Amino acid sequence: MSERHTIALTVNGVRRSASVTTAITLLDVVRDTFDLTGSKECCSEGECGACTMILDGEPVNACLILAVESDGSDVVTIEGVGSEVPTRLQQSFLDTGAVQCGFCIPGMVMAATALLDRNPSPTLGEVREGLSGNLCRCGGYGRICAAVLQTVGGSDDA
Amino acid sequence: MPFEYARPRTLAEASELLNGAGASALAGGTDLMVAIRHRKTRPTLVVDLKRVEDLDRGITHDKRRVRIGARTTMAQIADDEVIRSQFPALVAAVSVVGSVQIRNRATLAGNLCNASPAADTAPALIAFAATVEIVGAGVTRTVPVSSFFTGPGMNVLESGDLVTAIEIPIPDPPAGSAFARVTRRRGVDLATISLACLVDAEGGVRFGFGAVGPTPLLAETSLNDLESKPGWGRLLSVATPISDVRAGADYRRAMLDIHSKRAFEVARAAAGRR
Repeated sequence: MSERHTIALTVNGVRRSASVTTAITLLDVVRDTFDLTGSKECCSEGECGACTMILDGEPVNACLILAVESDGSDVVTIEGVGSEVPTRLQQSFLDTGAVQCGFCIPGMVMAATALLDRNPSPTLGEVREGLSGNLCRCGGYGRICAAVLQTVGGSDDA
Repeated sequence: MPFEYARPRTLAEASELLNGAGASALAGGTDLMVAIRHRKTRPTLVVDLKRVEDLDRGITHDKRRVRIGARTTMAQIADDEVIRSQFPALVAAVSVVGSVQIRNRATLAGNLCNASPAADTAPALIAFAATVEIVGAGVTRTVPVSSFFTGPGMNVLESGDLVTAIEIPIPDPPAGSAFARVTRRRGVDLATISLACLVDAEGGVRFGFGAVGPTPLLAETSLNDLESKPGWGRLLSVATPISDVRAGADYRRAMLDIHSKRAFEVARAAAGRR
């Protein structure tokens, strides 16, 4: 029960380890120790979704997870999505003009990626529900939802 | 916010660790982490329950009941076929907890232990006569969800106690249920009021009310009683809402009245179809 713990994670397919204090979060260790700064810290209380990562297959708020708690997990961050070539989803974000200031976009892409993994042909309502844990202060929700629907050949008319 | 962290493997170990002063149990972390960050709680020890072998993550059923292990998340509950068919009001309730990301972490047991008067899942569990299984000092006991809460943020758990499961009896013959919730905005908000209604085949009616008293509340009545205005008055008189940032007491009373009546109609119609 010492205050420092050694943790081992798989991050974007690569085994990583770190020595962490108890109070730091999964988001802190990914950003500050592993230097993967695509995931953002914003509200720090699970409201905004800017820190969304995929942990053991499920989208989660990394700001609400202790680094020690995530020991042994498999984590995918935005750096692990389309790192060589943008995914179709990411290309749709570009094509539809869904990216304004860009701060929320890593979280949006992670949440949308997880949504499409689970539900490959969502309705507009399902896209909205799937992204309801992600806030965009530019208010660009219309184009973000359109981008997700465009990826799967759907329309946002409904 | 310095604290120690422990990852017990057995219930006995977890119970012993939680017996100490300043220990907080960590399940999904969606409440605890926020509380720590806002200094609302300052634990000296965080006891991570996710690797406790005898705490189940998952849902089992037999003909008479559904058992939800303490580590089961809201997302798992919303996906379970038996729960979807037997307890639609509970599915509706867990589906409005936070967001997808929150529901992948938050546990039903944690939602109850946090004991918010506005806990989204409590009214449905109360209406369905669910029970909480608690283990403390090696002894297992069972408490109805309707008497689990003792005040805002308070419950019957003693130091060293752990919730191990929530059990819900499957209504036989089948019953109808409905859930309603009023929030200031559509998603990711605490309830201004919430309620669930169960109408059973014998004409019994059970309501669970949330955010209209110091704890989630049970109100029992019957189809006969609800034929009359005084019957509705008696039912709703258990509510003692306060005024706060989300709504005034009068507004809460008015919303409880109208949404109870609507939910009752939905539950009664569903009971008739089953």
